[in-house]
Amino acid sequence: MYFDSFADFLRMGNHGLYVWVAYGSTLLVLLSAFFITRSMSRSVETNIRWAILSRQAEQASGAQTKQEGGNEY
Amino acid sequence: MKLNQKLKEYWHKLGSPRWFYQITTNWVTFFGASALVLLVTGLVWALAFAPADYQQGNSFRIMYVHVPAAMVAQSLYIGMGVAGFIGLVWRMKLTDVAIGACLPLGMVLTALALFTGGVWGKPTWGSWWEWDGRTVSTLVLLFLYIGIYALREAIPDQNLRARASALVSLVGTVNIPIIKYSVEWWNTLHQSASFSLTEKPAMPVEMWLPLLIMVLGFYCFAGHQVLSRMRLEVLTRESSSRWVAELMQGRGMLANPAKASSTDHGKG
Amino acid sequence: MVGALLLREWKILLRARASIVNPLAFLLLSTLLFAIAAPQLVAEASQQASGILWVLVLFTQLLSLDAMFRRDYDSGTLEQSMIMADVPFVAVLIRIFVQWLGTGLVIVIATPVIGPLLGLSWAAVPGTMLALLLGTPALSLLGSIGAGITVGFSRGGIILALLVLPLFLPVLIFGTDIVNAAGAGLNYTAQAYWLALITLAALIVSPFAALAGLKISVEMQ
Repeated sequence: MYFDSFADFLRMGNHGLYVWVAYGSTLLVLLSAFFITRSMSRSVETNIRWAILSRQAEQASGAQTKQEGGNEY
Repeated sequence: MKLNQKLKEYWHKLGSPRWFYQITTNWVTFFGASALVLLVTGLVWALAFAPADYQQGNSFRIMYVHVPAAMVAQSLYIGMGVAGFIGLVWRMKLTDVAIGACLPLGMVLTALALFTGGVWGKPTWGSWWEWDGRTVSTLVLLFLYIGIYALREAIPDQNLRARASALVSLVGTVNIPIIKYSVEWWNTLHQSASFSLTEKPAMPVEMWLPLLIMVLGFYCFAGHQVLSRMRLEVLTRESSSRWVAELMQGRGMLANPAKASSTDHGKG
Repeated sequence: MVGALLLREWKILLRARASIVNPLAFLLLSTLLFAIAAPQLVAEASQQASGILWVLVLFTQLLSLDAMFRRDYDSGTLEQSMIMADVPFVAVLIRIFVQWLGTGLVIVIATPVIGPLLGLSWAAVPGTMLALLLGTPALSLLGSIGAGITVGFSRGGIILALLVLPLFLPVLIFGTDIVNAAGAGLNYTAQAYWLALITLAALIVSPFAALAGLKISVEMQ
């Protein structure tokens, strides 16, 4: 450990504000990117799921009406 | 010639979004896990264990985030240029997916590099901003990114947008070394008191090892992000195809609409 | 065919005299603005002339680029000429050349007037004219790439600037340096060679890229 105490670590020899702002913004960027991509992933999966399910439902009801239509004769 | 054939096979397969999705499933996890390990290790090492610079003091630690951000930002743009070239020549749709995936992260990292550079500069050399080779090049990179971003926003048609982005990123990438050279040359004429932010020669191991870890960590993170976004885009574009339906089924997402909840897919 | 194309372009240029006058007028206007707003900056001894002159040249070029392909695009002749031309590449090159005649060459000719208005010393004028002569073709060439891609946009102006200004940077850097060197009486052969090299490289690359951009724009119609 380069620093003698935790207080020293935070102060960074007078440059504390700058170092922590820099590292903080970096962490902010990285974490935001990660979480935004993750939330995008969830919404994409939800959208696709519903699209597929509704398509399947359509096809099912389409097949049903075809059957019923056939019985008309 | 077996290798040649193998390579041709891979090249051909790259055109298939489905193949791409399947093969990157493990890569995403690998990059994600590596990024986590490398970044946590690197951050702790850089902040707490690396020695401070003799002249700069502890503000030197900012280098450990500034340099990787700048490197990855530039690599992402070059990646876009390469993808653009491949897309224009071989008309592979995946290349546009790649460009779209690299763009947001690259832009943000460039801005981060500029910001952290300024924050580094203030305590170390006394000013937030100096017009020198590095700052100008990075600023130009930001404008290159913004240009493509604006371009993509302006073209609604997917195919045309792809071609335009490919063209512009290719031209921009070719321009990067030209700009670097001419700006460096300009810099030698307008040399200010500040020295360049490149690593000084012969950095001791205790200093460049954490830097290497941070750089690798950033690259792995970028890889994870870009691949994740590409996979999402692929799913969206191919959402009406059978393999996507089968995939969703395989994940148990089509079983019961009422039951299906937002499952946690980790870093996928 | 080249002759016919050149003749046609020349006629269009003469008829649309605005395309020659406008860039010149803009340059003079902005010079006036500087003279009023920052007279110390354009004073004889201030030595800022090189930078200001080149930046104004760049802006003038941007304005002119916006309209470069627009009339043909709007009238549909662009699409036609791309389909019908034997070698579309040459057609684009000719259009770029004529655009340069109307902007770059005009600027070069106007330098003995504009330069001193911006505080350029008389000694520096020949060098400046050479720099502009070598550099403005590169601006037209590189600019045509952006113009080709953005001709279809309704508000393409800012995107054009974003795309094209990074391409202009090397020309700006070497161009200003030649002017500075000329003003200080120093040798500027090396920079001149570099500038010529940039223009040559632009000559090789730009028509293809501009054509590719035009094809995209035409399909957007």
